[in-house]
Amino acid sequence: MTFLARHRIILPVVSLAVLLAATFYMQPRAMSYFGLNLLFNLAVPIALATIAQMMIIMVNDIDLSLGAFVSLAACVTATFLNDAPMLGLLILLALILSYALLGAVIHALELPAIVVTLGMSFVWGGIALFILPSPGGAAPGWLRTLMTVKPPFAPMAVVAAVIIAAVTHLLIMRSGIGTVLRGVGGNARSVARAGWSVIRLKALAYGLAGLFGVLAGMALVGLATSADANIALRYTLLSIAGVILGGGEFTGGKVSPTGAVIGAFTLTLAASFLSFMRLSPDWQIGAQGAILILVLTARLIFRQKGSEA
Amino acid sequence: MTLSKMLLSAAGLALAAGLAQAESHMSETADKRIALSNNYAGNSWRQAMLQTWQEIGAQAVTDGIVAAADAYTTSENQPTEQAAQIQNLILQGYDAIVLNAASPTALNGAVKEACDAGVIVVSFDGIVTEPCAWRIAVDFAAMGREEVDYLASRLPDGGNLLEIRGLAGVFVDDEISKGIHDGVEVHDQFKIVGSVHGDWAQDVSQKAVAGILPSLPDVVGVVTQGGDGYGAAQAFKAAGRDTPLIVLGNRQDELQWWADQRDATGYETLSLSIAPGVASLALWVAQQILAGEEVPKDLTVPFLKITQDNLDDALATTPEGSVANVTYSLEVAQQVISDAK
Repeated sequence: MTFLARHRIILPVVSLAVLLAATFYMQPRAMSYFGLNLLFNLAVPIALATIAQMMIIMVNDIDLSLGAFVSLAACVTATFLNDAPMLGLLILLALILSYALLGAVIHALELPAIVVTLGMSFVWGGIALFILPSPGGAAPGWLRTLMTVKPPFAPMAVVAAVIIAAVTHLLIMRSGIGTVLRGVGGNARSVARAGWSVIRLKALAYGLAGLFGVLAGMALVGLATSADANIALRYTLLSIAGVILGGGEFTGGKVSPTGAVIGAFTLTLAASFLSFMRLSPDWQIGAQGAILILVLTARLIFRQKGSEA
Repeated sequence: MTLSKMLLSAAGLALAAGLAQAESHMSETADKRIALSNNYAGNSWRQAMLQTWQEIGAQAVTDGIVAAADAYTTSENQPTEQAAQIQNLILQGYDAIVLNAASPTALNGAVKEACDAGVIVVSFDGIVTEPCAWRIAVDFAAMGREEVDYLASRLPDGGNLLEIRGLAGVFVDDEISKGIHDGVEVHDQFKIVGSVHGDWAQDVSQKAVAGILPSLPDVVGVVTQGGDGYGAAQAFKAAGRDTPLIVLGNRQDELQWWADQRDATGYETLSLSIAPGVASLALWVAQQILAGEEVPKDLTVPFLKITQDNLDDALATTPEGSVANVTYSLEVAQQVISDAK
């Protein structure tokens, strides 16, 4: 194994650094406390959603309902959590539990997660529309304060990214239960033989995804000040791309929480960079895809070199 | 360049500057940059809107009124995308952002960031509720009322009306319909005997109207929301019924049909809608705010009305498949501002 293959975090870090340098070159104004915050604050909810998606990918599944779920969490946050905090908290808790339940059902009935979550995306979207038929609601004051806080030295977005990465790294990469959870994605049968209940582990992974999905919705409302039933639909694809960009893989429980956070930030930055380049919007989606392919190609090349050596 | 020519051009410049000064502080905004943040470009209305912005913006830059008037469209019609776009525009150092918003509320955070950074935000068509932004709104209910007022002036005896609505569940549809029903309450000689959803599309409207027509008594007028008048006319024709008075919505096919009917039978009606050129109005409003003009936060867009008299002009300037357009001048913008005061 080469150095690069062993440290899968290197490539995401380098991608982000290169893109950041290019952005600073094109738009020197971004190179400031204020600029960095503007550049990255909307990446915070995406990073949380990416962590949620990572939890699902970690157990070899994929979640196509995440964008709708985050939108729903945002709608609950902007309505119930603001008007009746206790009730709001209960609903959000129920959402997390229903995600855990979903994980258990998917495992128990051996359903393909891709189909179940695609179906659930309509359920979440429907409930979100029911709660907030037209855009509106308001962010709870404390949440707005939290998301617009101006900490010393580094802007909120950067501080939040470090905290999210550190907490999830400890949880997934360092703790005992994290190792077992990754084991479910690596080899569920041997985890089961070792005496673990796979159904509970899957429920836990989905529950964690639900938790981070809810956090993403809350963070988004804190930034946007209000919600919309369609506010986060883009997050489904962004979160999957973020996980992969951050060094995760679709199978084998190979994920990296730090990489996922960096992946989310890279994707956000890529969009801003293309906008600074004044690229026509027709080309922007394609260009975003091109950046993704570039990074994945680089990873493939490094890995092949690694296995040859 | 000879000396005399130089002097002449210098004098010309001075004169132009003086004129500009007189015409409400144009030169004060000469170094200001304005950006258009747009969330969607996928229909003829938005295409016409972007084109108007480009034309008027380029002209304003050439005339030295503003330093830049650039248009940005998000690659996907999503509020999160547009919020990021607005924040990028702040970073790029624009002095004003003219905004057609993907969501009335979900962009408020980004708009607030812009205001806090000293950027003027003017929203139009798709407006935002953030109090620090300006709003150039469309009074859709008034459009509905105006349709019924027109029918009342043409058909004083009243009669049965057919209402064609837009896309169910969309705010605009509710508002126009509300205005129409308010109008019918005032002019109680009219009665709405049927209502269908035409989704602002000719083919959908034609099918919907054809479906309901057999169950309807004699209809004297059709109230519409735009994009649906031609389809309704076709459905009436196919059913072998007399063409009622159909209020139109400025689409090219509607105007063409109207002109043909007028030439054949002397058909007379009214067509009204919002012109995509409202983007140019927003541009001038932003320029006026940058120039230090006192501008109320809430302004209303005038409708673009096409009557029998200007039908030929409108038809001649409307490309096929598009919608009638008008570009607003600085003077109109000043009029709109002073009306709102």
